[in-house]
Amino acid sequence: MSQNNIQSNSIQNPRVTWEGCSVLLDINDGDRLVFARLTAGSTLKIGSKNFSLRPLIGCPFGSSFQIENGTEGLCLCRFVPSTEVDNNDQEKGGSQIMEECRDNRAIVDNNEAQTLTSGDIDEMRRQGVKGDEIIEALIANSATYEKKTTFSQEKYRIKKQKKYAPRVLLRRPSARSICEAYFKKYPHRIGFLRVDALSLLLSLANVTANSDILLVDMVGGLLTGAVAERLGAGTGYVCNTYLGSTPYPVEIVRTFNFDNEICKRIVRAPLRDLCLEQTGTSEIIDASNAELNGQTSSINMEEMSLPSNHEAVDSETIISPQSKMGKPPKAGEKASEEAIKSWKENGFSSLIIAAPDADAWSLAKDLLPLLSYSAPFAIYHQYLQPLATCMHNLQQGKMAIGLQISEPWLREYQVLPSRTHPLMQMSAFGGYILSGTKICSSS
Amino acid sequence: MLCSDGKKKLSFCGSIKDGDLVIVYEKRDVMKAVKVCETSVLQNRFGVFKHSDWIGKPFGSKVLSNKGGFVYLLAPTPELWTLVLSHRTQILYIADISFLITYLEIVPGSLVLESGTGSGSLTTSLARAVAPTGHVYTFDFHQQRAASAREDFQSTGVGSVVTVGVRDIQGEGFPDEYSGLADSVFLDLPQPWLAILSAGKMLKQDGTLCSFSPCIEQVQRTCEALKSNFRDIRTFEVLLRTFEVHEGKMDSCQGNEGLSVGSPPCKRRQRSSEGSTVQDSSSSPTIKARPCADARGHTGYLTFSRLKCLS
Ligand SMILES: C[S@@+](CC[C@H](N)C(=O)[O-])C[C@H]1O[C@@H](n2cnc3c(N)ncnc32)[C@H](O)[C@@H]1O
Repeated sequence: MSQNNIQSNSIQNPRVTWEGCSVLLDINDGDRLVFARLTAGSTLKIGSKNFSLRPLIGCPFGSSFQIENGTEGLCLCRFVPSTEVDNNDQEKGGSQIMEECRDNRAIVDNNEAQTLTSGDIDEMRRQGVKGDEIIEALIANSATYEKKTTFSQEKYRIKKQKKYAPRVLLRRPSARSICEAYFKKYPHRIGFLRVDALSLLLSLANVTANSDILLVDMVGGLLTGAVAERLGAGTGYVCNTYLGSTPYPVEIVRTFNFDNEICKRIVRAPLRDLCLEQTGTSEIIDASNAELNGQTSSINMEEMSLPSNHEAVDSETIISPQSKMGKPPKAGEKASEEAIKSWKENGFSSLIIAAPDADAWSLAKDLLPLLSYSAPFAIYHQYLQPLATCMHNLQQGKMAIGLQISEPWLREYQVLPSRTHPLMQMSAFGGYILSGTKICSSS
Repeated sequence: MLCSDGKKKLSFCGSIKDGDLVIVYEKRDVMKAVKVCETSVLQNRFGVFKHSDWIGKPFGSKVLSNKGGFVYLLAPTPELWTLVLSHRTQILYIADISFLITYLEIVPGSLVLESGTGSGSLTTSLARAVAPTGHVYTFDFHQQRAASAREDFQSTGVGSVVTVGVRDIQGEGFPDEYSGLADSVFLDLPQPWLAILSAGKMLKQDGTLCSFSPCIEQVQRTCEALKSNFRDIRTFEVLLRTFEVHEGKMDSCQGNEGLSVGSPPCKRRQRSSEGSTVQDSSSSPTIKARPCADARGHTGYLTFSRLKCLS
C-alpha cells in the first residue's frame, strides 16, 4: 500500500529508556538477570558495592555498561563496543582453524601460575586502574597464558573480564526476554512455559490486533502480557477469566512497558459473568487487583541470579525501589458491561488456556461455547493425559475440528569455526499444546 | 484475514459472503482454499457443493453436498493458509514461524524487511503480527513468484500491510530508503551472508535479525558475517512432535500366577481369584496418546542476532 507511512511505529516499541521504565539487566552474558525499574534512586549490587542505575536512564536498549572510575568514584558507565576489535577476533578465529598446534599437555594447574596477588589487584583498583587494564596485567603476569590454546586463552580472558570488569547489558523487557528470564530462573512460576511453546500458543490462537482473546492465565501474567504485546493498542481485548471470585495473579504484566492504551485493553471477568444469560456483572472484591494497580512497587524488582561456574561477581543484589516515580498504569481492570455484552453477542475471536493445575477438559467445555464459530484455540498443559482426554471429548462432542496435540522441541547450537555442535545442556521439556478450531454445532 | 478497520473486530466477521476466501476442511490434512462465488460449485470425493448454499452461513459451518457428504467452511488464518497455499518454493511452517516472530519481537507497528518472499507462507504471519500500523516489505528476485505472492496477499486480505518488491537482495541489498528504519530483518536466502551488511544498515540499533538456513555450512558463514556488527548471535533448531489419541481397552497382565517365576509375562486376562463378579477394571476403555510415527525431522536452523548499539 503506497500511502503507508514508512515511519510507522514506534510509540509501542520504544528504543530508549526513560525514568520509571522497566528494564531487564543482563550481567555478564546472562550469569545474572535482574528485572528493575529505572529511577533516580534504584541501585544494582555488583560485587560488594551498590551502583546507581541513574546512568542507564535515557540510554538505548541494547547498550552496555561497565564499572569505571568517574568523578564521584566508581559508577556504571556506558561502554561502546568497537567493531574493529571484533574484526581482530575474526582473524584470530581464522588462523586458529589452520594452525592450532598448542595443546594443554604443558599446563599444570596450580596457583603459582599467576604472580599478581589479590592484594596487588586491590591496590591497582585503589589507584584507579581500569578493569580492562587489570585484565591485561593479569594476562601479562600469567605464566601459563602463552602456552594455552587460543580457545582457552579466550576463556581465561572472559573469566577475568567477568570478575574484574563485569558488564551490564540493558535489555528491553519483551515477551521473549521475560519468558526466557523466568524460564531460566523460576520456571515453576510460569508453569514451565518455554518461549517456543508460548510462541506457538500466540500463533495457534491467531492473536492479532483488534481481536478479542479469552485467556485463562495461571502462569503469573506472562501469557496475558505476551498476548497484549501482540494485540497492541486498538479495539481488541485480552480478557482474563477465572473460576470463583479471585482473579489469578498476573503481576508479570507489569514487567512489560505497556502504555495506558494497551493497559486498557487488558481486562478480567469471572467466568460466571461471561456465562450468565442476562447482562450485568457480579460484584467482587479481590486482593490481587490492588497489587496490580501498583500499590506494591517492590514486586517488579526481580532478582534472577544464576550460579556461575566462574569466580562470579558475587551473589547478592538489592535494588531499592524507593522512588515514588513510575507508578505503572493499571492493567487488568474489570471488563465493562458493554464489552461483556458484545462478547456474549459475537463471541471471542480465540481462546488460550495455560492452567497448569486445572483440568483441561472441564475448562474447555465451559469456555469453548464463549467463542465465535471458526475461532481457533490453544491449550497448554505440562501433562499429556489431560490434553488427550480433552481432545477425545471435543471430538466425541463434535465441538471442534483440526484437533492436534503437539510437543515443541527446541535445541540451541554453538556455532564456531570447526567447533559447531548442539549445546550440551538443553531443556528436554516444553509441555504440550492442544489446538483446534471451534465449529458451528447446528448445521 | 486481518481486521485493519479498527471499528470492526475479527470475531464480528460473521457469515460467509460472496467473494470471501474460505478454507474447505475435509479432515486435518485435506484442506483447500476456495474463493466463494455465487455461481460456482466445489466438486470433491463427497459430491458437488454449491457455493450459493454457503452464503449467509457462519464461518465454521458444516455444509452438505448433493450426495449428502459434508465439509466444514473455516475462516482463513495464517496457520490454515500455510497448510493450503500453493508451494512455489520450500516454505516455512508453524514451529519456525511462531518462534521467529516472538524471538524477533515483532509487534503491531513494527517495520519488517524480508527476503525471499518465496510462497509467502512466513509473510502472511509477519503481516498478522505487524498489523494494523506496521508494514512488511518483502523482496524476491523471481518476478513471477513475486507477482503470485502479491495476488495471494490480496486474496488472503493482508495486502494492506505487505509490499512485495522484485530485487536481488544478495546482489544489491535492501533498498536504501529503509536505511535505519527496520525493526527486524528476516532472511531465507541461499547465501544469507551476502545480505548481512545491508541488513545491518537497514536495522535500527538493537534491531533484530533472523536468518533461516537448512544447512549448517550456511549457518557457519552467516555467523562469521554477523560477528562484526551484531551481538547476541544465537542459533536454534525448533521442531514439533505430534500425538495421536485413541480410545481403547488395555489388558491387565495380572493373572492368578501373579509374578511367579516361569509364568508367561502376559497371560490372557483372567478373572481375579477373589471370584467376584465385579467387572475387571482392566477392561474399561482408556484414552491413550502416543507420538505420530512420521514427523518433520529437520526444517532449518534459525540464527538470531541484534544490531550492536554503537552510538
Ligand atoms: C525458500 S524460498 C522462501 C520461502 C518463504 N520463507 C516462505 O515461507 O514461503 C527462497 C526464495 O528466495 C528467493 N531468492 C533466492 N535468491 C535471492 C536473491 N538473491 N534475492 C532475492 N530473492 C532471492 C527465491 O526466488 C525463493 O523464492
